[in-house]
Amino acid sequence: MDWSRVIDSLPSYANPLLVTIQVTVAAAALALVVAFTLGLATSSRHLAVRTPARAFVELIRGSSVVVQLFWFAFAMPILFGIQFDYAIVVGVVALALNYGAYSSEIVRGAIAAVPKSQWEACTALGFTTIQKMRLVVIPQAWPEMIPSLCAFAIMLLKASSLVSMIGIADITFRASILGGEAGQNPLPHLTVILVIYFVLAWLIWTGMRALERRAKRGIGVDAKPVKGHLTPAVAAKGVG
Amino acid sequence: MPNPTSNNEPIIRFDRVNKSFGDLKVLDQLSFDVDPGERVTLIGPSGSGKTTILRLLMTLEHVTPTKDPAKDGGVIWVEGKPLSHMEKGNRLVVANERHLRQVRKKIGMVFQSFNLFPNMRVLRNVTEAQVHTLGRSKDEAEVKAKELLDLVGLSEKVDNYPSQLSGGQQQRVAIARALAMDPDILLLDEVTSALDPELVADVLGVLRDVADTTSITMLIVTHEMGFARDVSNRVMMFDRGQIVEEGAPDEIFSDPREARTQDFLRAVLAE
Amino acid sequence: MNSGWNNEIASEIFPMVLEGFWTVLKVTAVAGLIAVLLGLALAIVGRIAPTPVRRPISGFMQFVRNTPLLVQVLFVWYATSLYINPEWSAFAVGSVVLGVHYASYTSESYRAGIEAIPLGQWEAATALSLPTHRTWFTVILPQMMLRSTAAVANWIIAMFKEVPVLFAIGVIEMIAEVKQYQGQHYTGALEGYTLAGLLFLAASYPVAVMMRRLENRLAKSHF
Repeated sequence: MDWSRVIDSLPSYANPLLVTIQVTVAAAALALVVAFTLGLATSSRHLAVRTPARAFVELIRGSSVVVQLFWFAFAMPILFGIQFDYAIVVGVVALALNYGAYSSEIVRGAIAAVPKSQWEACTALGFTTIQKMRLVVIPQAWPEMIPSLCAFAIMLLKASSLVSMIGIADITFRASILGGEAGQNPLPHLTVILVIYFVLAWLIWTGMRALERRAKRGIGVDAKPVKGHLTPAVAAKGVG
Repeated sequence: MPNPTSNNEPIIRFDRVNKSFGDLKVLDQLSFDVDPGERVTLIGPSGSGKTTILRLLMTLEHVTPTKDPAKDGGVIWVEGKPLSHMEKGNRLVVANERHLRQVRKKIGMVFQSFNLFPNMRVLRNVTEAQVHTLGRSKDEAEVKAKELLDLVGLSEKVDNYPSQLSGGQQQRVAIARALAMDPDILLLDEVTSALDPELVADVLGVLRDVADTTSITMLIVTHEMGFARDVSNRVMMFDRGQIVEEGAPDEIFSDPREARTQDFLRAVLAE
Repeated sequence: MNSGWNNEIASEIFPMVLEGFWTVLKVTAVAGLIAVLLGLALAIVGRIAPTPVRRPISGFMQFVRNTPLLVQVLFVWYATSLYINPEWSAFAVGSVVLGVHYASYTSESYRAGIEAIPLGQWEAATALSLPTHRTWFTVILPQMMLRSTAAVANWIIAMFKEVPVLFAIGVIEMIAEVKQYQGQHYTGALEGYTLAGLLFLAASYPVAVMMRRLENRLAKSHF
């Protein structure tokens, strides 16, 4: 293996790394919006709100993110005659919808886990439904969501590599190109990006831990320190 | 208890109220009145419907509707206005959320399990509803909150989170939170049942103060018979959703007429 | 590029997509078996092996869990064809990588299942002087299975939906079939990808619903 050529090529990973980060961050932000919208809608008392939201969540979760990515990139332009100017938008939207739909279950579950007595205290104090949500329920549910959302953020980071399959120049795309050049061994390049992904995942996890500690302190609870493993508790639960 | 605004109209009226949970009938054609400023203690075995009465008044439960409430009863009235229903033309129809939000402003409740908001510090627990439900300014709400927290002896804890307080302290905050809304009616639902024995006295002390210094109408569900005797003007003994007997505390506690009351009191005092 | 859904194209492309789907199912079977068994083995090793053995394994699985499947698949594919045996099929290599990747998740589900068993069960087994392997097979594993089955099944469903990633190393799954059709007819993306998505939905939704029921039942049982 010729590592010196790989090291020489490292600077050319800078832009693709930016693309990977952009796709992940943008998709995560949009996914959070989708998750809260769908999570609140599927918690609604009104059937007319709950049913379509539920159907959308099942539709997205029931099929494959890879296929959805290709669908948004190649089928949707035919169906609706819309074509995004930048493929990156397709990637972000497809990933955000998929992970947003999964995460909406986290939001729904955390809202359902707020004790009924808290809702009753709100009623006794005369809050409206929106006030109940905004002032009491979501602030209490939010810290409970963070570890699971963190797990999904890391899965989203991993899934961001898939956008290379629709031609977006992220680090996976870059490594494939460089590794495919004549006389190049792809393995060192792939090793480089594996390490990059792992470091990014670690950063997400560390950041989320800090966020969780802060959020828990915000309700007067000390977050228990968890050492070592990246998101094992969430991994254990499954994504169903 | 003298009450300057008192007149002959009852502040609370249950008119042949029914409440069922599925097949289980909890209240059966229950009727009673409460006068303004009265302190009424509800006693009786568990499952007798006492807590349900408080929860109905707080609109946490809703009456099981009867065919024509105007004729049949099944209506709860508060200050001469229907609580469970609203007037539409000449008829009474089941209240919607907006009506409920209006009428429940006169009523405050203290829960068995305190139900403080864990995401808010003590002060904000007491100011939040003043600001968002009554529309008071933040400053006004804070002055009021501090006053009440002083009354319940917790001025030093304003910046703590509920989780940092003992059960008794949490319950006193909950009392301040309910009083901050200036309720005409205060509902106390087994407020000492979840407390360790040594913390009960403080909470009851605060409530005695409130009873002595205000003219708030109180409905009290409790197993603390000493407290009930001291604070209330009337005791109602419930069993299976109906009033077995009622009267002044001395009468009921010292000389109950009904066998069911005697049995119940013997069982409670033996505890 | 023509616009709109074309039934004729759809009926032409459907058998191809179906064939791709069949491949997906076969990969799922092989990779699923690996994920279930390797995950279980890892969970048990994590419980009984000495630290010098446990640490590197757990570190490696953590790395696997936190890096993209796509890159892992490419890495192993090139590694085997360059250094081991270029004859190995993409199907075989892809299935193994997929299985190991998801074993990194299932092992955590099993681990949680083991940890949820009350200490008293271990102590009772000790008090009865059960030999270690009897403790595992008659006391621990049956209780763990009950607790972990739904979570593990959910991971297998998730894995099933990620099989199309293997398109990257040339496994002829649904995306490859659609691309192939497109190569010949310059059309079919809408019909192909839509049908592919619907097939996934049709296959995974009933299983997911079944698993949710199972979870609810287990949650209610006093086990």
